[in-house]
Amino acid sequence: MLMVQASLDGILLGILFALIAYGMALQWGVMNIINIAQGDLVILGGYIAYTIYLWGIHPAWGVIISPIIMFFVGWALYKLVINKVVDRDLFISILATFGIAIVFQQLMNFIFGADVVVAQSEYGTTMLFDNSVTLPNSKIFSAFISVLYAVALVIYMRKSRLGRAIRATAQNARAAKILGVDTEKVYAATFGINAALCGIAGALISITLTLHPYVGLPYTVRSFMIVIVAGLGNLPAVAVSGMGLGLFEEFADYILGTEFRIGAVFLLLVLILVYRRFKLSRKREYLK
Amino acid sequence: MTKQKDLILYSGLIILGLAAPFLFSAFKVQLTYLCVLIVLAMTWNLQGGEMGYNTFGNILFYGLGMYLTASVQVGMFFPLAEWTESGGEKTFVHTTAQYFQGIGVGLLVSAIVPAIVAGAIGYAILGLRGHYFAICTLGLGIAAGEIAGGIEIIGAGQGFTTPPFPAEIVDTEARGKFFYFLSFALLIGTFVFVKYIYGSRFRLILNAIRDNEDKAEAMGIQTMKYKIVGWMCSAFFCGLAGGIMGGLIGYIDSTDVAFDGREMGVFMVLMAILGGKGTLWGPVIGATLFHFFKEGLWTLILGWQYVALGVLIVVIVVYFPEGLMGWLREKYPERFGEVIDDKDRKAQVELK
Repeated sequence: MLMVQASLDGILLGILFALIAYGMALQWGVMNIINIAQGDLVILGGYIAYTIYLWGIHPAWGVIISPIIMFFVGWALYKLVINKVVDRDLFISILATFGIAIVFQQLMNFIFGADVVVAQSEYGTTMLFDNSVTLPNSKIFSAFISVLYAVALVIYMRKSRLGRAIRATAQNARAAKILGVDTEKVYAATFGINAALCGIAGALISITLTLHPYVGLPYTVRSFMIVIVAGLGNLPAVAVSGMGLGLFEEFADYILGTEFRIGAVFLLLVLILVYRRFKLSRKREYLK
Repeated sequence: MTKQKDLILYSGLIILGLAAPFLFSAFKVQLTYLCVLIVLAMTWNLQGGEMGYNTFGNILFYGLGMYLTASVQVGMFFPLAEWTESGGEKTFVHTTAQYFQGIGVGLLVSAIVPAIVAGAIGYAILGLRGHYFAICTLGLGIAAGEIAGGIEIIGAGQGFTTPPFPAEIVDTEARGKFFYFLSFALLIGTFVFVKYIYGSRFRLILNAIRDNEDKAEAMGIQTMKYKIVGWMCSAFFCGLAGGIMGGLIGYIDSTDVAFDGREMGVFMVLMAILGGKGTLWGPVIGATLFHFFKEGLWTLILGWQYVALGVLIVVIVVYFPEGLMGWLREKYPERFGEVIDDKDRKAQVELK
């Protein structure tokens, strides 16, 4: 039964990770930037949901309010810093977003305090298999909302004008510019959408898991991992590898113990990269 | 002429370094920090500036060296598990001879083992390019911290108290002086080594790898071999620096002191970039400036220092990526031995 419990937990958690990873894949593919502050945007989104919970509104509304606020946070972030690193060396974007991550962590620490917090959704739990498997309804809710938003975004990217502009810019920014696409605006919108996705994920994390100002980086690493396994712009693969990561994490938690959970995630990142490196080196290629 | 100038400069600096703990005896700990920071910045520069493999993972060797020195120093004479379990430093007391023997052997181990570790993981990791390498090493550093925080024998989450300085030495200044001169010796050793590398073919190979690895390989350079050797050199000095810092701080925590990616790990990158990547003096100047800035300002902006740090990173990286030396080089190219004649100048004007 422990296996069933871990598997269910892992899959439901993985869907949430996949949502964050989708945002990362989007801005990585379009702007060629690796955003280390991704996880901190998630946590910030979570704190927005937590704040409205403190005001007495049900935290589930966070999945609508938080992305709206986060979209503008992302837009502002793009206008302030990211637009200066878009065309530059990738390491510069990594370091710059690393700096942003530190600033975000510290500001959240000031504003929301260093305590571990959780917003109570009071959705109750579902018991399965003679009460041997407990499944919080909030987790089911979060997986459902993640899927809903992901599908909505895919449709938006396919059908809308901005979505088409984003895809065109991802394919070839220069050609898109020649054909009249305002790439600057597209970049800003992409970063905003990415931040909004982080906001949704954060709001869901605030009711399913816990929030703390300094736990952003593991989310960045998880989404990075999912993206390099799944590739850019391949949504089903992102969803599957997200679930795989969720499963891995839950099982690592049960087998190794909770204190090694984060360590296992980071080690898995190293292992995946090393595996890819050896696989590609047979063809004398490397990860691009 | 330049030889003589160099001689004056270096002897002046060495004399200043030797006299510093007596001149500013209240700041001995700060000076030790400065030496260690310069060493870290220089070794990072060897890796990130010269080889072009920007790493966040040198903190791994720093923390490894810290744990190894302390463990060897304790383990040579007393049972390590009992020491770390609860206040072993109260039960077991190192004699003076034991303390120095321990720290000597410990530093030796903490130099060699990280270098071996770098060599062992280097083959797998240095095959990654660019930002994949950066993120992989970032993961490695954090994983090491998380895992060290779960291992019982080195104190797990509650930390590891390193052996206190022997009580038989009555002189209260002795501890500060000992660690200062240790770190100063390390600084001189590192500087001499890095300067030697700067004059050698090895540096040209590293630069070739940085500028275009595929071409370097096509020219017949076994890039992997040189990359691993370069990383091992970095790890060697990082481990030593960590060992000295562990003894100085006196307490090792897995994520806040040893594998401190949030502070040390970022500092070394920042210092090297601030001073100028890929120059001999850049990291030295960058580390010194950074240390003065940090010590001077951090008490003024208490609580906001990490915000300032983050903003500083963004500003330096976005607006000042060439660093101080790069800026100087742009401004006064003659000083760097670059001859600019009228033809070049004309070409420059035309470009503009």
